[in-house]
Amino acid sequence: MENAVVMDRLTKRFGDFTAVDEISMQVKKGEIFGFLGANGAGKTTVIRMLCGLLLPTSGKGSVSGFDIYRDSEKIKQSIGYMSQKFSLYKDLTGQENLRFYGSVYQLSKGDLRRRIDSLAESLDLREFIDRLAGSLPVGWRQRLALAAALLHSPQILFLDEPTAGVDPVFRRRFWEILYRLAEEGTTIFVTTHYMDEAEFCQRISIMHRGRLIEMGNPQELIRKYQQITLQDLFVNLISGKSTDE
Amino acid sequence: MNKIKFIAIKEVRHILRDSRSLTIAILMPILMTLLYGYAINLDVKNIKLAVLDFDKTRESRELTQKFYNSGYFARPSASSDISDPERTLKSGDANIILTIRPGFASALTDLRSYELGLLIDGADANTAAASFSYSGIIIGQFLESKLPPGAEMPGVVISQQVLYNPDMKSSHFFVPGLIASILMMISALMTSVTIAREKETGTMEQLLTSPVTPVQVIIGKVLPYIGLALLDGILVILFAVFHYGVPFVGSMWLLLFFGIIYIIAALSIGIFISTLVRTQQVAMMAAQITTMLPSVMLSGFIFEIKNMPQVLQYITYIVPAKYFLLIIRGIMLKGSSLHVLWTQAIFLVALTLILLSIAVKKFELKIG
Repeated sequence: MENAVVMDRLTKRFGDFTAVDEISMQVKKGEIFGFLGANGAGKTTVIRMLCGLLLPTSGKGSVSGFDIYRDSEKIKQSIGYMSQKFSLYKDLTGQENLRFYGSVYQLSKGDLRRRIDSLAESLDLREFIDRLAGSLPVGWRQRLALAAALLHSPQILFLDEPTAGVDPVFRRRFWEILYRLAEEGTTIFVTTHYMDEAEFCQRISIMHRGRLIEMGNPQELIRKYQQITLQDLFVNLISGKSTDE
Repeated sequence: MNKIKFIAIKEVRHILRDSRSLTIAILMPILMTLLYGYAINLDVKNIKLAVLDFDKTRESRELTQKFYNSGYFARPSASSDISDPERTLKSGDANIILTIRPGFASALTDLRSYELGLLIDGADANTAAASFSYSGIIIGQFLESKLPPGAEMPGVVISQQVLYNPDMKSSHFFVPGLIASILMMISALMTSVTIAREKETGTMEQLLTSPVTPVQVIIGKVLPYIGLALLDGILVILFAVFHYGVPFVGSMWLLLFFGIIYIIAALSIGIFISTLVRTQQVAMMAAQITTMLPSVMLSGFIFEIKNMPQVLQYITYIVPAKYFLLIIRGIMLKGSSLHVLWTQAIFLVALTLILLSIAVKKFELKIG
């Protein structure tokens, strides 16, 4: 199976601080990949480099087969990105936000209308699509943001803590949607703090202080370290590392 | 190209939806025009005086000397050609021209009637008013010292003519300055704030993960503000012409042309500021300090540049408003053409290009 994301000793330094330290890994096409780590572990920096928002200091990387140094414009066409912070325009309605992003991705008027229609249906946006985005509750905003990230049917979806501050019912819905997308062939690269969510992933990696300390299938990792839950595994791995240093 | 259009359309939507800011952007210029209506009176020194001495006698040279020794008048720069009085005033080589026709010395001894010519540039009402009264005093003192005590004042009269702003109205003088500072404010302040807002709320990051380049984002975002700035400029000019009776004698197209260049300079400053700050609040303050204050204080709008300490005078070279002020005063009040304004024009264009390239460089760096 092809790799959707490849990183080879990818490194990012900010002055003396090494935010990401020689990370190497691959994410397969159509995989739901969980990217775990405590706050400040460097997850967001990795995502920003993969999405073309930040240039790496050293190392190699590719997304959808495109080099992250040279082909960032091609990468942008093939990815969807959704950050932990709601980053659509609050003074525009849902509809206006989606239309704007559709035009940026150069969808034709007809395609855009059909796409908004189908997303509104599948993400259940209908009742609030004409309200100002700023007036929506968090869960609805995140659905709208997901719709914006999916407008151009990206091959890879980067989600940076998409369910932060969202209620459990909606979190369940959100993951159902992700599963459906993955079945349709979309690769999903997601960071999260919720360990129950991490268990939904086919593979996870755990990042700590800029380094990758473990990677694999959640169930296999739990067995490997003889833990009961992923939560225990995560806490033990991170705190074990912290006392080592 | 299309993407720029879509970003611009979105920006117009933001502007229209934020009715409070829009009201301020349109009402404030009018309000400021009213406020500045109160005359500003300031001491004037180093008025550039050109003397056309056709009498060429000891007396005429003495009078000239008395002007220059008074401390209020300075000689025009050696390179300037003062043979054509009107051109001299238009180009700003001199603010006032004293013409001493032949027969001045003999008129003094024979106590014949005689007319001294004084041509004053009224575009700058402050300087004009000061020139008017200072020269009256200097000539009066000179005559007193030349005539025997107790003698009647001879028939020497001063024939004064104030060009371009015959009534020396200060409204004529402050309106161009006001336009310069309002254009600066709208363009620099509003653009830096709107870009900072996208950074602050994270929408810029979202936008840059989509297939648009930073340059497309910037161009799309600032385009509507060029329109808004021009609208404000036109509003103030209309208000000035119909309410204060300020003349508009020059070419409107020439002014529009320079207005757009000046707006681009201001936008560049706004873009540059937005790359340095993270929040709208800081952007607003930075824009006020770097653009509003200099364009009011260091442009020659309120304070004469030539009366400033040397250090400040050097700083004025990088204030775009300084050049635009000379251009807009020249065009509105004197009807100057590119022929006389070319030095200011070159400075303004060069400064705009420098500011624009710095801004674009800095913006791309920041994103990369």
